[in-house]
Order: sequence, then structure tokens, then C-alpha cells
Amino acid sequence: MPNTPAVAEKTAIEVRNLHFFYGTFKGLKDINLNIAEHKVTAFIGPSGCGKSTLLRTINRMYSLYPGQRAEGQIKLYGEDILDPGQDLNLLRARVGMVFQKPTPFPMSIYDNIAFGVRLYENLNRSDMDDRVEWALSKAAIWNEVKDKLGQSGLSLSGGQQQRLCIARGIAVKPSVLLLDEPTSALDPISTGKVEELISTLKNDYTVVIVTHNMQQAARVSDYTAYMYLGELIEFGRTEAIFMKPNRQETEDYITGRFG
Amino acid sequence: MAITDTSPMSHPAETQTLSAAARLAVARRQQLQDKFFHALTLGFSLMVLVALMGILISLVVNAWPAFQKFGVGFIWRVEWDIINQEFGAAIAIFGTVASAFIALLIAVPLSFGIAVFLTETCPVALRRPLGTAIELLAAVPSIIYGMFGLFVFAPLFAEYGQPALQSTLGQMPIFSSLFGGAMNGIGILAAGIILAFMILPFIAAVMRDVFEIVPPVLRESAYGIGCTTWEVVRNIVLPYTQKGVIGGVMLGLGRALGETMAVTFVIGNSQRLGSSLFSPGTSIASTLANEFGEADDFHLSTLFALGFLLFVITFVVLSLAKWMTVRSEKSKGAKT
Amino acid sequence: MDVNLYRRRRLTNQVGLTLSMIAMALGLFVLLWILFVLFKNGLQSIDWAMFTQSTPAPGSEGGGLANAIVGSLMMVGFTALVSTPIGILAGVYLAEYGDQSKTASVTRFMTDIMLSAPSIVLGLFVYAIWVAQAKHFSGWAGSMALSLIAIPVVVRTTENMLRLVPGSLREAAFALGAPRWKVATMITLRAAQTGVITGLLLALARISGETAPLLFTALNNQFFSLDMNAPMANLPVVIFQFAMSPYDNWVRLAWGGALLITLTVLFLNILARVFFRDKVQS
Repeated sequence: MPNTPAVAEKTAIEVRNLHFFYGTFKGLKDINLNIAEHKVTAFIGPSGCGKSTLLRTINRMYSLYPGQRAEGQIKLYGEDILDPGQDLNLLRARVGMVFQKPTPFPMSIYDNIAFGVRLYENLNRSDMDDRVEWALSKAAIWNEVKDKLGQSGLSLSGGQQQRLCIARGIAVKPSVLLLDEPTSALDPISTGKVEELISTLKNDYTVVIVTHNMQQAARVSDYTAYMYLGELIEFGRTEAIFMKPNRQETEDYITGRFG
Repeated sequence: MAITDTSPMSHPAETQTLSAAARLAVARRQQLQDKFFHALTLGFSLMVLVALMGILISLVVNAWPAFQKFGVGFIWRVEWDIINQEFGAAIAIFGTVASAFIALLIAVPLSFGIAVFLTETCPVALRRPLGTAIELLAAVPSIIYGMFGLFVFAPLFAEYGQPALQSTLGQMPIFSSLFGGAMNGIGILAAGIILAFMILPFIAAVMRDVFEIVPPVLRESAYGIGCTTWEVVRNIVLPYTQKGVIGGVMLGLGRALGETMAVTFVIGNSQRLGSSLFSPGTSIASTLANEFGEADDFHLSTLFALGFLLFVITFVVLSLAKWMTVRSEKSKGAKT
Repeated sequence: MDVNLYRRRRLTNQVGLTLSMIAMALGLFVLLWILFVLFKNGLQSIDWAMFTQSTPAPGSEGGGLANAIVGSLMMVGFTALVSTPIGILAGVYLAEYGDQSKTASVTRFMTDIMLSAPSIVLGLFVYAIWVAQAKHFSGWAGSMALSLIAIPVVVRTTENMLRLVPGSLREAAFALGAPRWKVATMITLRAAQTGVITGLLLALARISGETAPLLFTALNNQFFSLDMNAPMANLPVVIFQFAMSPYDNWVRLAWGGALLITLTVLFLNILARVFFRDKVQS
């Protein structure tokens, strides 16, 4: 039984009876959960449990691939995004995503940020400059790149590239930020910087993070969902999941008996 | 398809963002742009199919008078008399197939040797420059090979090569007729050799590319049980790359069949079916190149008939080649 | 251990590897021989006259290749102009939409066939649908024939280069809400641009030396002309006509032209390689 958040918090995303298929293989089985606004929710679980699959339903990234489909409901502020009439580009402008491997676009740092903004907004040069600075500052990378905005995004280090990608995601002012194992390709120092960043981001965004690193989930998230083989085993406040889980399977995973 | 939008949260308003209605307008415009882009790219990619169909149709249409007069027998008719308007494709087909076959006979083992050298024995520092040298050789236009053949190779062949062949293989009862006759450095064999020079680098490059795809792990496990390099090539690399190699060879064959310039200079351009490899002959492509300029209407249609036959032959060979490479790639799990 | 068996195996190995080394040496020898012959015979023709005078009439002295050089440049240039957008966009289709469509696999198959199809047949085709209808040879027809050769090359290299771009880069662009066409052009194509340009250079190198298709389309022109709507002089056909002729200056010019073409082709190939390697490493 999923734990529901306290009444005072608003729900940003409601997942109801979600099933997901890779062709005939069922990747997600009857997922039900609520994601709270302005909080960090973590999906954890062993490889293949479906946590990335679940994350990628929220911005319908799976729709790029013909064999993949979802059934059920996902309501983003009341609007069902699994509805066939949903415009995918508009949805993805509202729900941002950062990937496991840093993916800077083959353009300058400035254009990396500006690309997304230019899609839906008509800013003049000085407004765009402001937005770029704002996004890069929010991503805690402004000071490191402010003198080389014209250089290629690929010239940055791995950790910097990832923060650039986060800045890129923030710049378009989404409601929700999806982070798919954002630090697994980074060294410990960069990981630390990104985790600090995530804590500040939740003031303005709803953050959902997938991580295979349990300790990271414990450090960073307010709510945690434990998944196994496509099912949601347990969901609740992070302290509860890690200190006093309800289910035996959760406890086994948390204590490292397998995984 | 209706477009819906999810209502945004209130944000700290640093700068203006578009209203929901404006965003919807952008989205609608983007959908139109995407449709247009899809149609444009699809249209361009279909051009190739259209061209192929067009080629087939125009060849058949223009060749029709010839086929009407001679029927299907045109293909094996040994006759090419322009004055009396009696034509047959057999002489040209023979020249095409024989020179290509000779070229493969020479080029395939040599290409194999080069590919083995480049992937197994060559010192690593030399691999790239030597590989590049082979690829550059493949880029040299065929007319250069033709000129080389006529001005350099033919005299040498007439002086040394042909007499040598005639006095050795030509003395054996089976081969005596093959290597008999006048030795002026040109002919079917000469054309085959020049063609071999031409397709050698191409097949070598394909084989090398295919050999390089073999996972190092497979090679290492063979070396690990004490195999010699040659045994690794024979028992691991070749079977693994078999279909790719065959596909590459057939690709080379397809090229050899259609080659014009490398062959025209040295094949002798004679519409006669000689019994010796030294005798001059012609290929379909050479016939087209030589006779097109002065051909009248009916003669022209026989040339189109030849072109049609060449197109069909190479199409079949290339399809087989492609089919083999696709099968080879599929079994390794690649996307086709 | 059976010493005899091992000795036999080692012998086989050494023989095999030696043979392969000989094959490599032979290949290199042929390359160097051809280049040597080209330079020896062609270099003596390269003088100012070759670039300034037009092709000489049969029997007359001297002359140059100016009209042929200009004609080739014009036709190759126009072909590049036409083949680049068509080839690149077709390649984009195969790479970006190709996995979801049967048409795409058929197109890919046929494009590969066209890649190796006899170029003389392509020349026949253009003759039949253009030259015969217009009742005269033209540089435009020649360009069209060359485009039929160049486009499949550009399509395939573009598609292959686009496929090398990691899917995560595309997804990152989609994740911002970018429409498909922007992802394909501003992100994916841009990421693959080095490889795509290399493909263009290689296609140009390929058509620079093509003779057969021009025989039936542009034919040749003894005089200097910039008129694409008339028979157009070009290096390959001039070489073909001059090489097998009895006139000394014609043969000399043929070698000069052959050297020019080879240098151009080799230069384009090396440029493509260096360009690709440099950009990829940076």
C-alpha cells in the first residue's frame, strides 16, 4: 500500500494504475503513487526494477520508440499526460530531464542554455543574457564559465558538463525536473556539488531522481519509492523507508542483503 | 489531434515567459513544421527509388526495338554486324564476364593477403599509413588505370608476360588454345589484369574493415591455446567474417562488371569471339563507350539492349552482395 | 609434443604470412608505379599553356586544357550544389525516421545498389530522358548524371554518421520540448557535421574522375564555353579521346589531364581524412 504524503503538501504528479510494456514484456506493473510538489522524490531499487522506466513515463520520453507503450493515468497538475491528445513537445517543455551521461549540445555554452529557451520564448539579447546567467548561477556553475560562454560545451569537465545540463534544464522554467542517475558518471567531488544543487532546486521545482546509490537517496530526498521487478514495493518519507521500512523486501534491499 | 497543455506553476518572475495560449500557438506551428520536414526528407530519399525505376523503364523502352527484332535469343547470339544490322549480345557478355572473372581470380587472393597483413602482421605504427595508401589506390579514377594499362602495362605484357605464359602454360594441352595467337599486350586477359589492379584495393579495404570487426576477445582466446596467426585467421577470423567477405567480393564483382574505362583501353575493342585469352574482344561497357557516338537509331536500341542486360546482371550481383552483408551484420546484432 | 606437427604448423604460418606480406608489397608497388608513371608523363605537360589555352583541333600543334578544366569545375560544382541538400536530407530521413518504416529499408537497399551501379548505364539513362528529348548534349545533363552517382554516396555517409550520434543527445534535445526537425538539424546533424562533410568531399572525389556517364550527356566541346546548355568540355572525356589518338600533343595533354585529375582526387581524399581526424580528436 503506498503511503500518501501529509495533507498540507500539494500533489504535483499522480500516477494511477500505470502499466508499461516493452513490446510484450511488462516493465511496470500497476504503479500507484503521488509525487509531492517542491520536494525531492527518489526512485531506488536494483538493476532492472523499472525505476528509469517509471521516470521516463513522466515526460513521455518512451514515445520516441515505437515498441514501447504505457497504460493507465499520469496526472500532472490534474491533466492526464498519457492522453493521446497531449502535445509531447509542450509537455517536455514543462517537465525537464537530466540524463546519466552529460550530454552538452555541440554548440557554445551560451547557446546550450539559449537553445531550449528559444524554442518557446522570444527574448531579446539582454533578456536572454540575463536568463543564461540566472540558469548557470542556479546550477552553481556561473563563476566557472562566465568568462568562456562562447566556448564549446564539450570543452568542460564531466562534472561541469552535467551542471551545464542541469542549467539547461532549469533555463526553460519547467515545473518538474527529472534526474536519471545524474551523478553515476561523475567523480565524488562533482557528485557532492550536484547533490548540494539538488537540495536548493527543490525550492522552485518538483524534483524526481532515480539513483542506484541508496546513500545518495537518503542524503538528498524527502520521499523514496522502492521498486523491484517492475512493482512499487514501498513508498513513503525517506526517514521512514530507511529507518523503519514496512516491507521485508525493502529492508532486505536497504540493508544490502541483495542488490 | 487536439493539443492540450498542463497548467504551469507560479514561478519567481525574473523574466516574462509566454502565456499558455502563445505556447499553444508555438506548439501548433511546430507540428506543421515537423510534418513538412518529414515529407521533405521522405521525398528526397524516395528519389533514389524513383531514379532506379526510371532507369529500368527507360532502358527497356529504348531497347525494345532490338528485343523485338531478335527476341530473347539476342542474349546468346554471337554476331555483331553493324552494316547488315545483325546484332547479338554474346560477344560483349563474354568479354564482360571473362574479364571480371579473371580480375576476381587475381584480386581476391591478393586482397585477402593484404587484409591479413594489415590486421595481423603489420606493425601497429604502419597500419594507418598503409591502410590509407590502399584506400587512396581505391580512389584513383578508372581512366587512369586504363591509360596505365595501355601505355605502360600493354607493352611490357607483350614483351615479357605473354611470351612467358605462352611458353609455359601454353605448352600444356588443355591451355594451348587459351594462350595462343598474336601477342600485342591487349585482349581479354590484359583487360582482366588491369581490372584486377582496379578492384584490388576496393576488395582489400572491405575485407580489412570486416576483419577489424572481429572482437579481440575471440582472437585472444585462440592465441591463448597456442594457435599460430595463420590458424587464427583461418579458423576464427574467416568463419566469423565469412558472409561479410563474400559480400565484399561480390561487391567487387559488381564493380568489375560495370567498369568502362579501365577495360576499354586494353580490351582491344573487337566484336569477335576469339578462342584465346590474348585475342581482342569487347565488354558491354566498352561497346557502349565506343559505338555510341556514331550509332543510328536501330543500332542505338541494340546498345540500350546491352545496357539493359548489364544493368540486370549487376543488379542481381549487387543485390546478392548486399543480402549477404545484411545477413552477416544481422547475425552480429547490428541494425540493418 | 609432436615436433613434426608443430614444425609443419609453423611452416604453414610463416608461408601464409610471408605471402600476405608479398601481397601488400605488390599493392604498394602498383600504387607507386602508377603514380610514378603519371608524374613522369604528366608533369612535362603541366605548363602555363595547359591552363590558359583550349583543346587543340586534330592535327594542330600545342593547345591546353583550359576549357576542359573549367567545364569539369562547373559541372562538378553544380553537382555538389544539387547533391548536397538532397543527399543530406535523404540521409537524415533514413537515420531519424528510418527505424519506423519499411520504405526506409527498401530505400537503403536500393541506395547501396546505386552506389555500385555501372556509371555508364546511368549515362544512358540521362541520355534517354534528357538529351534525346532536348535533342542536344548539355552540361546540365552531365551534371544530372554525376548527381545520380554522388547522391547515393552522400546519403549513405550522412546516414552512417548520424547513426553514430548517441541517442542520449537526441533525447536531451527532445526533453527540452524541441520539435523533431530541430533535433534532427540543429543537434544531431550538427554533432555529425564533420563526418557529413567528409562524405561530401569523398563524393566529389568520386565524380571528379567519372568518364563514362559524361560520354552520353555532356559529350565534349572543342572550344571554350561557359554555356551549360550545350555540350561541355570536361577533363575525363578529353583524356579518353586524346589518349587513344595518333597525335603526340593530344597524348601529351591526356597525360597532363590524367595527372590533374589524380592530384585533385587524392587531394580531396586526404583532405577528407585529415579534416575528419582532426575534428574528431579535438
